[in-house]
This record gives sequence, structure tokens and C-alpha cells, in this order.
Amino acid sequence: MIAPTALFALDTLLTEEEREIRSTVRRVCDREIRPHVAGWFEDGELPARELARTLGSVGVLGMHLDGYGCAGMGAVSYGLACLELEAADSGLRSLVSVQGSLAMYAIWKYGSEEQKQEWLPAMAAGERIGCFGLTEPDFGSDPGGMRATAKREGGDWVLNGTKMWITNGSVSDVAVVWARTDEGVRGFLVPAGTPGLTVNDVKHKISLRASVTSELVLDGVRLPGEAMLPGARGLSGPLGCLNEARFGIVFGSMGAALDCLETAIAYAGDREVFARPLASFQLTQEKLADMALELGKGLLLAVHLGRLKEAGTITPEQVSAGKLNNVREALEIARKCRTLLGASGVTLEYPVIRHSVNLESVLTYEGTSEIHTLVLGKALTGISAFS
Amino acid sequence: MNIVVCVKQVPDTATERKLRSDDNTLDRDAADGVVNELDEYAVEEALKLKEAHGGEVTVLTMGPGKATETIRKALAMGADKAVHLSDDALHGSDALSTSYAMAQALNKVGFDLVVLGSESTDARTGVLAAMLAERLGVAQLTLANKVDVDGTSITIQRITDYGYDRVEATLPAVVSVVEKINEPRYPSFKGIMAAKKKPVETLAIGDASIDPSQVGLAAAWSEVVDFAAAPPRAAGTIVKDEGDGGAKAAEFLASKKFI
Repeated sequence: MIAPTALFALDTLLTEEEREIRSTVRRVCDREIRPHVAGWFEDGELPARELARTLGSVGVLGMHLDGYGCAGMGAVSYGLACLELEAADSGLRSLVSVQGSLAMYAIWKYGSEEQKQEWLPAMAAGERIGCFGLTEPDFGSDPGGMRATAKREGGDWVLNGTKMWITNGSVSDVAVVWARTDEGVRGFLVPAGTPGLTVNDVKHKISLRASVTSELVLDGVRLPGEAMLPGARGLSGPLGCLNEARFGIVFGSMGAALDCLETAIAYAGDREVFARPLASFQLTQEKLADMALELGKGLLLAVHLGRLKEAGTITPEQVSAGKLNNVREALEIARKCRTLLGASGVTLEYPVIRHSVNLESVLTYEGTSEIHTLVLGKALTGISAFS
Repeated sequence: MNIVVCVKQVPDTATERKLRSDDNTLDRDAADGVVNELDEYAVEEALKLKEAHGGEVTVLTMGPGKATETIRKALAMGADKAVHLSDDALHGSDALSTSYAMAQALNKVGFDLVVLGSESTDARTGVLAAMLAERLGVAQLTLANKVDVDGTSITIQRITDYGYDRVEATLPAVVSVVEKINEPRYPSFKGIMAAKKKPVETLAIGDASIDPSQVGLAAAWSEVVDFAAAPPRAAGTIVKDEGDGGAKAAEFLASKKFI
């Protein structure tokens, strides 16, 4: 028996350092996350602060950024960390994606020196948590339609509007909020507790239950002039951040798929039906072989895109291709693994149904599968079908 | 303070471990090598002592080339440098000859304090700390769950059935630690990057003045004569509760001498 990834000799594509980083993150997950995550999912609770500190101490938060206490690792290392985190639970990877690739990246890329000094070292250490407010109740795939506004009043800014589906919202120390101004869309750093800011958690989720999802209501939130991110003007600012985060999903989704497949292979070997192992049936073997192929192809694509990102030549269309393919296939793998586990597959005793319902969110956030499909359509035809 | 931590690469306890059929020694290729878990606590304690008192932490390991993985992990946790005692002549050394070779290496490296895990997960003899202290002619403070250093005096606490022992000695000394002593840190990404640049000195037996006739399989005082695969797990016994379940369970436990 060999591991599904061994079919593709995946490790030969990684440096020793990348393998060490992967094994460190795996170890953190094995010790700090896996023993508890089914419980967190069931209870709909997450010790986000504690986890952020642990992940920060290792260097996971903002690991692909340089300076300001960040580890400065390559894209493949970052991807492998996302893979290991999401093999534990998509909610944990979401926490890390939003912290590192959305909130920290926005400050790192578009912030003033003072903003970077104030927030980045503490966020890298996990002492402070950030969230990213772009999506609104009526504007998800079409962020250009956002209603949130920021108006100048003397030297201050006054923000009004509602942001929805905000990961880490109620545990955040700072929200990066995007709002419409006279000079186009601009980003603002809104510290927790600022008068006029109300944060409500989204309850009754069936997916990403081990993750904090909130609504941010901004009602006359007054901020000093220097709260604006000076380096971002227009939608390209927030969209640049999303491109970073969805790169992590190209790897992360394959982590969830790998955990499902490993679970299913072990289960099929142990479980006897008609007096022989489930794994001995041809239908089972076909399922396993098909899943291993899609997993391997997805991982090869992820590493390839990672190398392109490290070389600085990756395009947004290529990231769309990776996100679309890998999340779609991960979801398919999770569902197929569930069939192998039979009725046990619907319980939280095994991680498979948890991954499966988590991936329903991953399919939609950071660009829905529909939008990524149309991004590819536009790239192939030169015609935009959505604007 | 010059602290040397002894670490050992052992086969991953999560995988199937095997012995070689040709010389009955451990088959190191059959399983992934990992840092012996208790040695991670030793590294952590050494780093904490350094953080509190200053000085330097040196990692010492004896093992084949593959053991550099273990060295890198200890360096990534924060140790300053490493010494790798590696020589084909050491293959098959038992606890006694290992303690001789390690003591020779320690004499060459120099130390104020030697820290190591109280046992390894492969051979599990748990005698190396005591043997090292005897060979080096220094105090041994074994099975510590707490270590304090004050100047040249060292105090450890050891949990016993009746409470705990407080053991004091003067440096230099050898300390072995148990898992209750601390919570080992994870190697940070920055640590992993920095580890690549830290010095690792490789010693052959001649470099540490080790007499080849006192080490290796031929010189071993203990010998693995034979081994067999672990028998498959037998089916369990199901006790049906017909009002007397408690008594039946007690009978079963008594038959196995648990009660």
C-alpha cells in the first residue's frame, strides 16, 4: 500500500525546507486541532484567540509576507501550510487565509508605514486578529455595487454600511473595511470597539461551523484621516487581496480531499461487507483510483501554480483555474468518500461529512465557481459574460 | 552556561517498526525517523535554561547520516550548533558502548550541563543518563520534572509515589527529563530557515578518541538473539449482563491479575 500522493511522487517536487514546514504545520494540527475540531464544529465554537497565538508562534500568519515580523516564505510553503490546515478543517484554514492573505496582506500592500508598524508584527504573532469587509448582503460576486460609503468630515472619515459573511468578524481587533468614496473605493482600518461599529455573528450555519462568521454594521463610524489605506484606490485593491487568498485555497481544498481519501481508504480496508473487505470490491477500487487521480492532478496543479507565483509570473486567470478545479474536485472526492463510509459517513465520528459541508462554502467564497468559470470563459473568448 | 542536549533519532512509533534479519539490529530504512519524543523536552528545557541564564546550547547526536534530520529539527527549535557523531564502526552499539562513545564525544565538546530525555522509544533501556554520568565522573540527576540552576548549583525535582525528591548537585552534571517538565515549542518557520546556517560538526570515532574495539555490534555486551513478529490481536471477550455483569467483569479482571 502507498499513500495517494506517492502515486505522483509529489514530494520530489518539494524542497527539504518545504517538507519541514509541512511537517511542522501537520504536527501543530495533530496536537492542537484534530483532537478537538469535531467538537468545535458540533458546538459551533472556535477558540480563535488561542489558536491564533499558537499559529503565530510557529510563523503561519502572514508567512508569505516579508518584514514586520512575517516569516517571508515562498508560495509553495504557504500553500502546503494551507493544505495541512484544511486537512484538519476548512474553518481553520479560513482563519489563517483571512488573517494573512486578506487583512495582513491589505495592510502590507496598501498601508502606510505607521499602519504596518502598528498592526503587522502583532498580527503575525497572533496577538491581534484581523478581518476583511468587502462583501455586503446584496453584493457578493459584484463588489463594485457596494453600498457602504465613507465621507470626509473635516479631517475625519465617516463610514456607513453593512458588510456580510465576514470571517473572524467578532474576534477581530481590526477590520479592513472597503467603502465607496468620492475618489472611488478605498480601504479603512476600523479598530474593534470603535463607536458606531456593531458586530453580529451568523448563527445556524451548517458549514464552516469551526469558524467565526459575522456581520459588520457601520453606523456613522468616525475614523481619523490616517485610518485610510493610502496605497489602494478602486476595486483593484480588494481584488488583489482576494487573489492572494484564493491561491491558498488551491492547496487547501486538496488538503480536505486528502484527509477524506485517507479516511476512506482506511475504512474500506477495515469494514467487511459480504464477508470480505469493502476495499476488495471493484466498485470501491474504481472510486479510490478515480479520487487518487483527481487529487494527484489537483496537487500537481497547485505546486505548479505555486512555482509560477514564486517566479512572479502567475496571472489571476491561472489562480481562477486552480481554485475552480481543485475545490470542485475536492467536493466531489468528499462526497464519493462519504458513500464509501456508508451511514458512518454522515456522523462527526469521521471527518468526511464535515469536510464535505465545509467545501460547500469554499466553493462559493473567494469567487464562486460560477464567476471563476466565467473568468476562464472570458480569458478564452475575449468576451466578458458578467459585466 | 555550556549546555549539551543529547538527542536520538528513532523510528516513528506510529509506523510499523522492524529489525533487520541479517544482524538483528534496527531496520532504519523500514520506518520514518523522528526525534525521540522525550529528547524534545530535553531540548526545550535546555533552551529555557539558556534563556534564563545565558550560554549556548549544543545538540549532540550519535547515528547514521540520516540522523541529520533530527539535528536540524533541534536546531530549528533554537539550539545554537550541533555535533554529529557518525561512523560505520558505531553500528550495533548497545547502551554500554553508546554511553562510552557519547562520553568521549562530550569530553571533546566540553559541557557544564548535559540534558537528555529519560529514555528512547526504540530501545527503552532508560540507562544512558546514569551511564554517562558515571563515565564522565559527574553528578547524575535523573527523571527530572523541574530543573533550577543557581550559579554552579543545580536542583531537580523528581516525582515519586510518595511525593517528590529534591536532588541537588554541583555542576557539571547530567540531567534526564520526563515529559511533565515542560511543553516543547514547535520549530518556527524562522527557526527552520535559520537552522540551515547553523554549524554542524561531524565527528568520526577517531575525532573523539573512541577506541574501535569498544564499540559496534562485536563489542556489545547485550545481544538480540532472536525476535518474532507480534502476534495478531486476539478477539475480545464479551460479558453479557444478565444481572451479574459486575461480578463477571470482576472475575475477568481477576483472571488477568488486574485486581
